Amino acid sequence: MRKLHHVAAACAISAIMFSGATLAQATAAAAPKKEETGKDIAFNRTKGNCLACHGMPTVPDATSTGLYGPPLIAMSARYPDKAKLRSQIWDATVANPSSSMIPFGKHGVLTEAEIDKVTDFVYGL
Amino acid sequence: MKQQIIMRLLTGIAGLGIALGAATAHATPESDRQAFIKYYTSKYPNIKLEDYVYGALAFDEDSKAQYDAIMEFPPFESDIDAGRKMWETPFKNGKTYASCLPGGGQQIAGNYPMFDEAKGKVVTLNDAINDCRVANGEEAFKINDAKTLGKLTAYMRTLSDGMMMNIKVQGPKATAAYEDGKKTFFSRKGQLNFACSSCHVQNAGVRLRSELISPAVGHAVHWPVFRGGDNLVMLQNRYTGCFKQVRAVPPAEGSVTMNNLEYFHSSLSNGLPMKASVFRK
Ligand code: HEC
Ligand code: HEC
Repeated sequence: MRKLHHVAAACAISAIMFSGATLAQATAAAAPKKEETGKDIAFNRTKGNCLACHGMPTVPDATSTGLYGPPLIAMSARYPDKAKLRSQIWDATVANPSSSMIPFGKHGVLTEAEIDKVTDFVYGL
Repeated sequence: MKQQIIMRLLTGIAGLGIALGAATAHATPESDRQAFIKYYTSKYPNIKLEDYVYGALAFDEDSKAQYDAIMEFPPFESDIDAGRKMWETPFKNGKTYASCLPGGGQQIAGNYPMFDEAKGKVVTLNDAINDCRVANGEEAFKINDAKTLGKLTAYMRTLSDGMMMNIKVQGPKATAAYEDGKKTFFSRKGQLNFACSSCHVQNAGVRLRSELISPAVGHAVHWPVFRGGDNLVMLQNRYTGCFKQVRAVPPAEGSVTMNNLEYFHSSLSNGLPMKASVFRK
């Protein structure tokens, strides 16, 4: 019985994978408006939703992450040029035309300012 | 020009791109199917082809065990009984579904969708059922409506359990419909820029968040599904869900685009056994 409950919960989670996220919005509405951090944007399922595809081994609350993309770790060492990191996030299909990573800038999923913040956050991982 | 676009789409998918891209000049549904199978089985040599009918469950023993347990006493039995009643209730003229569908409606689901030369288009099993109703003076059901066609096919499709999927693509018009479905499958769409293949080919067997992604081979044989045990979902309802997930506007269910997609997508499961209806998360 517990198992079935578990299954139903999993189903609900997948239903809000990329859309809705009423939960996130509801909590945001309850708290006084605070400026979103790069981490907030990266974690938000309706914005970056980076965790759908990437683990972040150095971030303890990055849980149930997907495996489409490589874990984001030691980024400043691997991307000495921060602009290159930003362009990977802006449009991953430049480096790899068959990339399944969402072209966050090119398709307007995130604003330029949001991409700046996410880049800063990811650069620190 | 068009050929070039398709070539580019196909070659975009590493591995499968090479196999299908090379085959495009003389691609047949059979060579496409073989290319898909080769792609998956060389990536996952330990998963048996016959287990692809379980979708993502084939990649996860725990979820498969859960599925097996639920399928012993399916929570959706009452819907299937309701479907049986619908199936057995005669039309006002005294005729039945069995009297107007080929083979009395037994062992036929694996032939659909089929290309109807007279109509010049793809006909799904749901279309055939509606044609049967109209021919007998009844109103057509709303296409892919869970309460009517959903329940009816949840029972009716069990009459084809064990039949092998057997989609035929013969002649230039059928081939064009098949190619159109293939194009939809491989085209990136929506704000998130995914093609069906981005998830169900490139990332089959991989986790998106906590969700394991199923391969496209084996997708079409087990409909409707009951998600969470009681939410009836037909194949094209699922397509709609996947289109929405990537923030794309889904084509209307029952439209030529959707039917051609179902035609292509179903032929990938040729040779796998039909099974209605099943549990899904
Ligand atoms: C739908 C899947 C998906 C999502 C969502 C996604 N990525 Fe990616 N990401 C990938 C894949 C796949 C790769 C591997 C390289 C490629 O194919 O482009 C990748 C590669 C990367 C890389 C390069 C990593 C390396 O090791 O060089 C960075 C940086 C990155 N992603 C950051 C992000 C950030 C930041 C977000 C969220 C704003 C994000 N990704 C969201 C799929 C995704
Ligand atoms: C962003 C990723 C993504 C894209 C793109 C996508 N799907 Fe899905 N699809 C999923 C997820 C997640 C599931 C649920 C887990 C599973 O069964 O694979 C799913 C399930 C399905 C299923 C049900 C499988 C089963 O056995 O229950 C079908 C059929 C399907 N998708 C077809 C399609 C088609 C056709 C397209 C293109 C129009 C498409 N998908 C695009 C993520 C995607």
